[in-house]
Amino acid sequence: MTAIIEVSHLVKQFGEHRAVNDVSFTVERGEVFGLLGPNGAGKSTTIKMLTTLLSPTSGQARVNGFDIVHQTTAVRHSIGYVPQALSADGNLTGFENLLIFAKLYDVPRSTRKARVNEVLDYVGLTDASRQLVRNYSGGMIRRLEVAQSLLHQPRVLFLDEPTVGLDPVARQAIWDHLLQLKADSEMTIFLTTHSMEEADSLCSRIGIMHRGEIAAIGTPDELKATVGGENPTLNDVFVHYAGDALESGGSYRETSRARRTARRLG
Amino acid sequence: MKLQEREEPLADSARSANTTLALSYRNSLLDVVRKAGTIAEWEARKIRHDATDLVTRAVQPLLWLIVFGETFSRIHAIPTGTDSYLSYLAPGILAQSVLFISIFAGIAIIWERDLGVIHKFLASPTPRVSLVIGKGLASGIRALPQAIVIYIVAILLGAKLQANPLCILGVLVLAVLGAACFSTFSLIIACLLKTRDRVMGIGQVLTMPLFFASNAIYPISIMPNWLQVVARINPLTYVVDALRTLMLTSTTDYSSLGLDFAVILGVTAVLVAIGAWLYPRIVQ
Repeated sequence: MTAIIEVSHLVKQFGEHRAVNDVSFTVERGEVFGLLGPNGAGKSTTIKMLTTLLSPTSGQARVNGFDIVHQTTAVRHSIGYVPQALSADGNLTGFENLLIFAKLYDVPRSTRKARVNEVLDYVGLTDASRQLVRNYSGGMIRRLEVAQSLLHQPRVLFLDEPTVGLDPVARQAIWDHLLQLKADSEMTIFLTTHSMEEADSLCSRIGIMHRGEIAAIGTPDELKATVGGENPTLNDVFVHYAGDALESGGSYRETSRARRTARRLG
Repeated sequence: MKLQEREEPLADSARSANTTLALSYRNSLLDVVRKAGTIAEWEARKIRHDATDLVTRAVQPLLWLIVFGETFSRIHAIPTGTDSYLSYLAPGILAQSVLFISIFAGIAIIWERDLGVIHKFLASPTPRVSLVIGKGLASGIRALPQAIVIYIVAILLGAKLQANPLCILGVLVLAVLGAACFSTFSLIIACLLKTRDRVMGIGQVLTMPLFFASNAIYPISIMPNWLQVVARINPLTYVVDALRTLMLTSTTDYSSLGLDFAVILGVTAVLVAIGAWLYPRIVQ
């Protein structure tokens, strides 16, 4: 196995607040790696640095062998990214949304339309592809975004809270698609979540993030073993490492964003 | 389905990506233009699905022509040489419509930030400068239908305007350039202020002096000296001047167009450079 994401002493400081504090870890090729933690733990900041949206204050990281600060174009070609908010444009059809991104990702003209139709088919949106996205359900928009992130055959797929705000059926559908993706390809999947259930059902390895640091890292079983007790669940692990954070809840900004997503879903 | 590229050892993939990088530098100018076009295409497709916004936006400038223009034509208080006041006013109102449609473009940028659209753009291998130019062109596309409506209505109201296709083409190019200029200015404000309310507030504060401290509805020569200085550093003045030169049938000397276009292009280029530098900050 070779490392496809290498993070070394990564720090991000916002004014007085150290959102990510000296984080180091590696993700192997083909893994589904989950960054689990309460709101405000630094997961989104970490994913934003790895996807080149934010520059780190200090430390290094490489994605697919490329430096996230000095080789941004190569990193961007290597990754697919599904942001936290449902971001597909409601005023365009599903097909058009993907067509625009196929152009931005340099999918050659000769194969562009075929490729768009292929990924639409993969997520089961062929029939809805000519409808305006504003008529899609939240789950359909999420699937469209997963399809969009696959257009250019990325090495690493980043998903920031992929099922937040989705109803249980839509959430299960996204999980099924991601597990299918894992089965069909060697693609590395990196996701953030605050759902234990999500981490347990999808991830081959989990990093628990707490107050900007990695509190624990390992396979779900390894993590459960560290806590001890009888049949510990991932929930016990989470409480063990980040228990005090559950009480305080998320910041106002996180809450309002979750609400906005929920509103958009109707 | 092919989900991934052929697997290669990391070193190989790094080498091939370096070759790709070298290639992309060679083609980078073409890449910038093509991707700016893609961003503008996105806007054009949106308009194709729903154009009601464009119709409602054309109403305000028409009211300026009809209500303000018709009244002030009768006062004869503004020295406009041999041209009727309505003919003089038409290019000013066209420029105003371009200004008003683009000066609030920053609000849409913030909206897109909140939706996560900008995150996706920034995580894609799209040059930042293409994102900014593309947004500017998108504003230009929105300004065009308005400009055409104003041109036609002004003629119907009796303004003496050119029918020469070259002049009309020049007017349309100016509408796009002007919109690109002011919407990029708005984008910069959005990147600095980061909230809808603040951009709305600043936009409203700026529109008034941009419009009235220009030659849009009266000549600069009737202004007090200090205001003339302001008017001469106001890019809208150059947009109006070029539009007036191209639109009025009475024009005999086209030599001022060179300076007008140079100023508008120069200001836009500087704003695009600043915008491309600031744009990634909007998600931070």
